[in-house]
Amino acid sequence: MTVERIVSERKDQFPVGMRVLAVDDDPTCLLLLETLLRRCQYHVTTTSQAITALKMLRENKNKFDLVISDVHMPDMDGFKLLELVGLEMDLPVIMLSANGDTKLVMKGITHGACDYLLKPVRIEELKNIWQHVVRRKKFDRKDRNNSDSQDKPHADSGGEAAGIGNADNNVKVNKKRKDQNEDEDEDRDEDGHDNDDPSTQKKPRVVWSVELHRKFVAAVNQLGIDKAVPKRILELMNVEKLTRENVASHLQKFRLYLKRISCVANQQANMVAALGTADSSYLRMGSLNGLGNFHALAGTDQFHNAAFRSFPPSGVLGRLNTPAGLGIRGLPSPGTIPLGHVQNSGHSSNDPSKLQSFIPGNHNANILQGMPMSLELDQLQNNKGVSHIGELPVANSTSVFPVPGSLMDARITGFSNNPILGVTSNSLMLEGSSQQTALHARNLRDGVSAIGFQNGNTLSDFASIDPVSHQLRDSKADLQGQAASINCNAGQIMTRVPQEWNSSIPANGAMIQLDQCLDQNNSIFHRTMDSDSMGPLNFGDPLSIKHSEANNSAMEPSVIGKEGYLMYQSRTQGNHIPDNIGSLEDLASAMMKQDQDNGKPTYGSFGHNSYSHRTCI
Amino acid sequence: MDVVNQLQRQFIDNSASLHREGFLDDQFTQLQKLQDENSPDFVVEVASLFFEDCEKLINNMSRALEQQQGVDFKQVDASVHQLKGSSSSIGAVRVKNICVAFRSFCEAQNREGCLRCLQQVTHEYSLLKNKLQTLFRLEKQILAAGGSIPGVE
Repeated sequence: MTVERIVSERKDQFPVGMRVLAVDDDPTCLLLLETLLRRCQYHVTTTSQAITALKMLRENKNKFDLVISDVHMPDMDGFKLLELVGLEMDLPVIMLSANGDTKLVMKGITHGACDYLLKPVRIEELKNIWQHVVRRKKFDRKDRNNSDSQDKPHADSGGEAAGIGNADNNVKVNKKRKDQNEDEDEDRDEDGHDNDDPSTQKKPRVVWSVELHRKFVAAVNQLGIDKAVPKRILELMNVEKLTRENVASHLQKFRLYLKRISCVANQQANMVAALGTADSSYLRMGSLNGLGNFHALAGTDQFHNAAFRSFPPSGVLGRLNTPAGLGIRGLPSPGTIPLGHVQNSGHSSNDPSKLQSFIPGNHNANILQGMPMSLELDQLQNNKGVSHIGELPVANSTSVFPVPGSLMDARITGFSNNPILGVTSNSLMLEGSSQQTALHARNLRDGVSAIGFQNGNTLSDFASIDPVSHQLRDSKADLQGQAASINCNAGQIMTRVPQEWNSSIPANGAMIQLDQCLDQNNSIFHRTMDSDSMGPLNFGDPLSIKHSEANNSAMEPSVIGKEGYLMYQSRTQGNHIPDNIGSLEDLASAMMKQDQDNGKPTYGSFGHNSYSHRTCI
Repeated sequence: MDVVNQLQRQFIDNSASLHREGFLDDQFTQLQKLQDENSPDFVVEVASLFFEDCEKLINNMSRALEQQQGVDFKQVDASVHQLKGSSSSIGAVRVKNICVAFRSFCEAQNREGCLRCLQQVTHEYSLLKNKLQTLFRLEKQILAAGGSIPGVE
C-alpha cells in the first residue's frame, strides 16, 4: 500500500526531521535550545512569546509534532500554554525550567506535560524527546480504531513506522481515523458535528462527538465516577469501533476536568455562601447548574444522582461527556456540555423538560467534556468560572476545549463575570419552564451543583472553565466579581443538591443567570471569541457568536455559535435538545425566540427576576 | 606560526583558568562543541545574548530593589529566576550560584540580602564578561593568523 510504503520511508527517517516548536522568553536559552535541537536533526521553529506560539499552532496543528516550552514566561504561564496545547491540539508538550522543584514538576504532570526538563538542557536529553511523539501516536492509533487499519505503525518496532513523526503519516493516519470516526459517528448517528471539521480529522484520534461523549458520561454516571472503569464504560456505551483504550484516555481527561471543576466549584460555593441572595443565587446557580450539571451528571453521586439519574444519562451525560467536555480534540460538538444532562435527564423533578432544555447545547458541545473545562476552569476560576459550564469549549474556542461545543460553554464561563455563570449559556437551556422561579432557582442551584460537580465541586470547575484563556482573563477580572456570585450560587446549589432537583428547576434559574451572564459575557465573550479562542476549537461551526456580539440576547449566537451549544435550549422546555444541537446558531435562535416570547432572554418565566437574562448574556 | 602557537597557548591558559576558577563549567564546553561550520560563531552569539540579557535583568532588579515604596519581590524573583536559567545555560557557574542565594533572599523578602546579591551578581558578571571577551578576541586572532582553536581540556 502506498501508505505503508510511505510509512516505512518515514520510519527510517524519523526522528530526523521531527518538527519542534520551542518557546522560551530567554533569548540565550532559546538560541541554545534551537541549536541543540538542530544538532539532533530536528526541524525547529522558535518563538519567545507563548501567544505567538499558540497562534502558530492554531493556524495549523499539523505543522508540528512536539512543543517544548519554558515554564516562566511573561505573557503567559507555561502551564497554561501546556494545557491549551494539549486540549486544542493534542500535541505532546515538554516543559523546560531552571527550577526543578518537585511541586513544579508535579504541576507539569497534572497539566499534561509529557516530560519536564531542567535547564541547562543537555543534548542527550533532547535526543530522546521524539519518543513522546511516537508514544502519543501509538496510543491514539490504538484508541481510534482497533488499529487494524493502522497496522503499519504497529508493525514497526519502536512504533516509528507509524510515521509518527511524519506529517505525511499523520495525515494518513488521520485520514484513517477520520474514516473511522466517521463510521463511529454514523453509528452514533446524527452527530454530525463530529468529524465535520476536516482539520480535526487529521488527528489520529477518536473524535468524541457530543453523542459519544454523552454516552460516555451516561455510562460513567451509571457506574459512579469512582467505579467507572474503561471496560465497563465501554460495555455500557456499546459503540462499535470504540476501544477500551479510547475510553480509558477519555476517562482520564474527563477526570482531570472534573477535578478542576471541583476546585472551582468549591470556590464558587464559598462565594455563593457569601452572596446569599436567593434569587440571584438561583440564577447564578442556575447557570452554574448548567455547568455543574455536567459534572454532576457525569456521575456525581453526590448530587442527587438520582435526580440526575432520572435524566436519561445519555442525554445529559452524554452531553457532558461529549468530547467537548473532554476537550477531545476534534470534538465537534460543541455543546456537549453537560448541560444536556440537566435537561434531559428527565428529572424526576417537576420539569424534566426544563432540564433538558438546559442542555441543549450539549449535543454537540461536548462541552463539558470535562476535560477542556478543567483547563478553562482554572481560568474561569478567576472569573468565577461559572461559565465553566462547560468549560465547554464555548468560551474559548481557543482555549481549551477543542470541542466546539465548548465554545458555548466557554463563553459562558468566560463571562463568568456574570454571576450567572458561564453556565448561562447552558443555563439558558435550563430555562425550561422556569415557572417556578423560586423552585428553579433552588433547583438550579442544586442542579447546578449537582451537575457540575460531581463532587459537588463542579461549580468551581465551571468557573475555571474559562476557556478563553487570554481573553477571559481580562473578562475574568470583571467577571470575577460576578462569577463569585455565581460561584456562590453554584456552591449553594451544590449543597442543595438533588433534592431540589425535583423541581424543574433550575433550568430557569440557570437560564436567567445565563442571560445575565451572557450579557456580560457577551462583551467579554466577544472579546475572547475574537481573539484566538475561536480558533482552535473545533467547533464545527464557526462561532457565530463572535460576531453576534453576544448580544446578550443570547448568548446564543455567541455561545451557541459554535456548535450550537446547547445552552440555549432553554426554550425548549420539554424539548429535548436535539443531540446535535448542531450549531450554536440553532441554540441562539432558540434562545432568541424564547426571549422574544418572554420578552426576556430565553430564560422563560424564570426571567422574571431581575435577572432578565438578557443582560447576562 | 609562532604567533599562532603563542596565541593558542594563551587561549588554552585562559580557558583553563576560567574553568578552574569556577567561572565556567562543562556547559560552556558543550557550547563550544556545538560550534561547527554551520554555526561558526555560535559561542560568541550565545555569549553576547547572555550579556545583553544579563544587563537587562540586572537593571530590572536594581530598579525594583530601589523602590522606596515597597519592593516587588515577585518581580525581582522572576528576574533572578531568568538569570539563573540563562547563566546555567551558558555555563556561568558563579553567576548561577549567586542567583540561588539571591532567590532565597527574595523569598524571605530581605531587601538588604537582595541588594548584596545584586552587587555580587553584577561583579561576577563583569568579571566573566571581560574574561570571555578576551577569550573571544584570542580566538579571532588565532583564526585570523590561520590557526585553529585548540579544544578545551
